[in-house]
Amino acid sequence: MNSQTESLTVSAKGLFRSYGPRVAVRDVSFELRKGEVLGFLGPNGAGKSTTMQMLTGNLAPTAGSVEICGIDLMDKPKAAKAMIGYLPETPPLYRELSVDEYLRLAARLHQVKGSEIGAAVEQAKRRCGLSEVGKRLIGTLSKGFQQRVGIAQAIVHNPDVVILDEPTVGLDPIQIREIRGLIRELGGNHSVILSTHILPEVESVCDRVQIMHDGQLVYSDTIAGLQQFRQGHSLVIGLRAPPALPELSASSGVSGVEPISETQFRIHFDPENNPTDSLVRASVERGWNLYQLSPSQTSLEDVFVQLTQREDHGKNEVQP
Amino acid sequence: MIFTIAAKELRSLFGSPLAWIILAVLELIMAYLFLSEIDRFLEVQPQLTQLAAPPGITEIIVAPLFASASIVLLMVVPMLSMRLIAEERRNRTLSLLFSAPVSMSEIVLGKFLGLLFFLSVVVGLSALMALSLLLGGKLDLGLLATNLAGITLLCASFAALGLYISSLTAQPVVAAIGTLGALLGLWVINLTGSDPNSALGYLSLLKHFESFNRGLLNTTDLAYYALFITTFLVLAVRRLDQDRLRG
Repeated sequence: MNSQTESLTVSAKGLFRSYGPRVAVRDVSFELRKGEVLGFLGPNGAGKSTTMQMLTGNLAPTAGSVEICGIDLMDKPKAAKAMIGYLPETPPLYRELSVDEYLRLAARLHQVKGSEIGAAVEQAKRRCGLSEVGKRLIGTLSKGFQQRVGIAQAIVHNPDVVILDEPTVGLDPIQIREIRGLIRELGGNHSVILSTHILPEVESVCDRVQIMHDGQLVYSDTIAGLQQFRQGHSLVIGLRAPPALPELSASSGVSGVEPISETQFRIHFDPENNPTDSLVRASVERGWNLYQLSPSQTSLEDVFVQLTQREDHGKNEVQP
Repeated sequence: MIFTIAAKELRSLFGSPLAWIILAVLELIMAYLFLSEIDRFLEVQPQLTQLAAPPGITEIIVAPLFASASIVLLMVVPMLSMRLIAEERRNRTLSLLFSAPVSMSEIVLGKFLGLLFFLSVVVGLSALMALSLLLGGKLDLGLLATNLAGITLLCASFAALGLYISSLTAQPVVAAIGTLGALLGLWVINLTGSDPNSALGYLSLLKHFESFNRGLLNTTDLAYYALFITTFLVLAVRRLDQDRLRG
């Protein structure tokens, strides 16, 4: 084995999952290396959670295989699961236990040695900001704290792969920032997979992003690639004294003009031939009174629409 | 791993008022039954002395006490076993166990042993009650031992069936009613069977307890309970596996 395959922590090949006649996940393959943070993005019902359940052994794939650090999840589930920490969509919390008891149970279940349990629990609590609430019953904690207990549970045994299903749901903005910091910190020596439908979240913590739609991976790239993708090939221009539409579209590089209002236009252009410069010059020369010029960033919805309409648009989305 | 899960079950049980209330009510009922058996014994005692080989207090007090205990436990075990898996499924906490490096059989055995330990507390307290008779008389310790063995096996069978039915549903109450129904059914089979050796009668859980109750340690009965417990534990493991396969 060369060093490249050794640093491979997660390798999923051709994952399929169907519930009866309905296919929830089809042909999902990807790889994750040590230290990478991978963001799973997609609308509700796209198959993100199903994929994560398959990666953690909570759900058996209909076809395909999963390898965790080179260990097949189907053949040796125990050895593979020992290297995974998983926070499902609903944190699996026993409300009748205290935070300390619960984390100790999670550590013991994940084969942490008896002598190291105390230290492991302390470290997980410190990392998730739970040091103050160790003695409290989980049932009495607020949603944000419960979510953090869920994350602590996933990292208490110091796993190689941490899989978090929508970790920041239900948290306030300050907690979200703390959790994102924690995820970045985890990315240092663990591999992290997190799912979300919040695009800024992916941009702020992930190295790579994968977008799922209708059970398929429709996009997979680095964050820089996604930003470029979102940049798009259009800009919004505001002119107080606009010329006639044909005059605007005659400028070099402009492939289409779409009026937004009386004075605002969306300009589409070829990526190789950005017309910003020529438009500014034309505006000065011909007195169009330029007051706004901004590259239009496509929203997440636009990205989804762009990615998903390639295949089919009439198909209704199905919830899992 | 099995014991980690069993310990967690016990902690959850004793963390809820349900377990304490059940223990208290059971003790109350058992104590009442015990006292009424003693009362009956005191009534018949003068006549017993006239017999050539009179039955001992173990036969007159302890055996009926455990016979009644078996019926009481039949009613109580479903209330304890209902939450084992159904509640975890409802609260979606099973994924903690599923994603941990623990096999399905370890999960099932852990939960089974946790409940069994709780039930052995109940049995142990009844045994102490019987042993208190040593203060004023002699006990047939062999008969007491077979009774204890029998009731423990009976409890284990109830628990195994309850655990399986709990694994079928996400509603603890449904699991409780289902288990109670199944256990009552297995009891009634015994009552309706006119021929005591019929195949239906053979299925009865309580019929097999009768020989233990009389002081007989019968391999057939031991095998019956062993098979019964194993069957339902295996079924529960398979049912949990279905969760993973079918989702």
